[in-house]
Amino acid sequence: MLEIEKLTKRFDAMTAVDGLSLSVGQGEVLGFLGPNGAGKTTTMKMITGFLTPDSGTVRVCGHDIGSDTLRAQVRIGYLPEGAPAYGEMTPREFLGFIAGARGLHGAAARAAQDSAVAHTGLDAVMDRPIETLSKGFRRRVGLAQAILHDPDVLILDEPTDGLDPNQKHAVRELIRSIAARKTIVISTHMLEEVEAMCSRAVIINRGALVADGTPASLAARAPSGRLDDLFRSLTSTEEVAA
Amino acid sequence: MSAMGAVFRREFSAYFATPIAFVFLIIFLFSIGIFTFYIGNFYNNGAADLSVFFGFHPWLYLFLIPALAMRLWAEEKRSGSIELLLTLPLPVWATVLGKFLAAWVFAGLALALTFPVWITVNYLGHPDNGVIVASYLGSVTLVVCFLFTVAGASAVMDAFQGWAPPALVEVVSSFSFLTHFTAITAGVIDLRDAIFFFSVIGLFLYANMLIIDLTKSG
Repeated sequence: MLEIEKLTKRFDAMTAVDGLSLSVGQGEVLGFLGPNGAGKTTTMKMITGFLTPDSGTVRVCGHDIGSDTLRAQVRIGYLPEGAPAYGEMTPREFLGFIAGARGLHGAAARAAQDSAVAHTGLDAVMDRPIETLSKGFRRRVGLAQAILHDPDVLILDEPTDGLDPNQKHAVRELIRSIAARKTIVISTHMLEEVEAMCSRAVIINRGALVADGTPASLAARAPSGRLDDLFRSLTSTEEVAA
Repeated sequence: MSAMGAVFRREFSAYFATPIAFVFLIIFLFSIGIFTFYIGNFYNNGAADLSVFFGFHPWLYLFLIPALAMRLWAEEKRSGSIELLLTLPLPVWATVLGKFLAAWVFAGLALALTFPVWITVNYLGHPDNGVIVASYLGSVTLVVCFLFTVAGASAVMDAFQGWAPPALVEVVSSFSFLTHFTAITAGVIDLRDAIFFFSVIGLFLYANMLIIDLTKSG
């Protein structure tokens, strides 16, 4: 479903993503872990076609994001970091725009919107401008936008950042309920979240893959048996060396 | 096409979501009125035409059109929504064209709201309405090309006139929006003027697409 091959991106002298290769299949929920600046967001921007890689390829359901961009983007639902939206619009208008831009009209657009709204619990705020909504609701508007067209591949950049425990639980339930039919990549800092909802986790550091496995098998690699200890040992030693 | 329509509708309604649309319309209509009736001495001219009115359009556009156009991409970048927009399955041309058309139609709306001037001149005399229609068409096309208006200002032409060969003066003035606009306000829609305006529009929309592609490579 999602194949990443030797992906590399440099910004001036800094290499943000360094020859990253990764393949994610249907039904997998991949936790994409790494310290700030490790290249998680840059990788997600390249997967979705917002940034062009310096080298390497991304294929989404067989479509190359570089040469077959639109057909790949049709299959992707993307929640960018910080869940940007058009603040002056209400969620109803905003989701209407996304539906139109994705080529959904009439009854199909309404059905897609109703389903996305029901999944994200937005009913109460549908007619309030997005910029007046709380952080949690804004994040959910971003999620609703990402799942609106029932995409095969979901790329979620910190979907639970800034949510309260109840909202986090709702997002986890949502992801769990749709996971079987989809390929989902989630970047997060919350390691307990990975254990709660991901079937697989990768850790990247300085743009390169340093660990790949089920959350349980990764946790077992640390002497303490805890995922965050492994995370620290893999990503902080180089920091000291630098 | 429907993708372009979605971008167009969102962009057009965004003007009305904030006071910017009303502020723009009020400033535009007030200033065009003041320029025409007080500075241009419309009543004292004793002529039933709108040449004074249209003569001020390029100068107003110079200040007012940037207010409409500059937010089209700047707002997307500021709020981060550009990341959303560029990862939707929309061809870049559809996004660029949809945004451009929204600004253009909005400016066209502002222009349409100047209709009392047209009623006034018809009430007072018998103007050539064909010329007025052509001038409106020219003005709405000029909206797009406002930026280079200055290149044809007489001061620039005078500076060339003194020493440059006449052929060069001719070439520079043929690039001027004002020259082409004045030709249209005289009531003549020349194919050359039309081609000129539409090539400028095409050129700048293409440049816009290239710049959007450049932002993708970081």
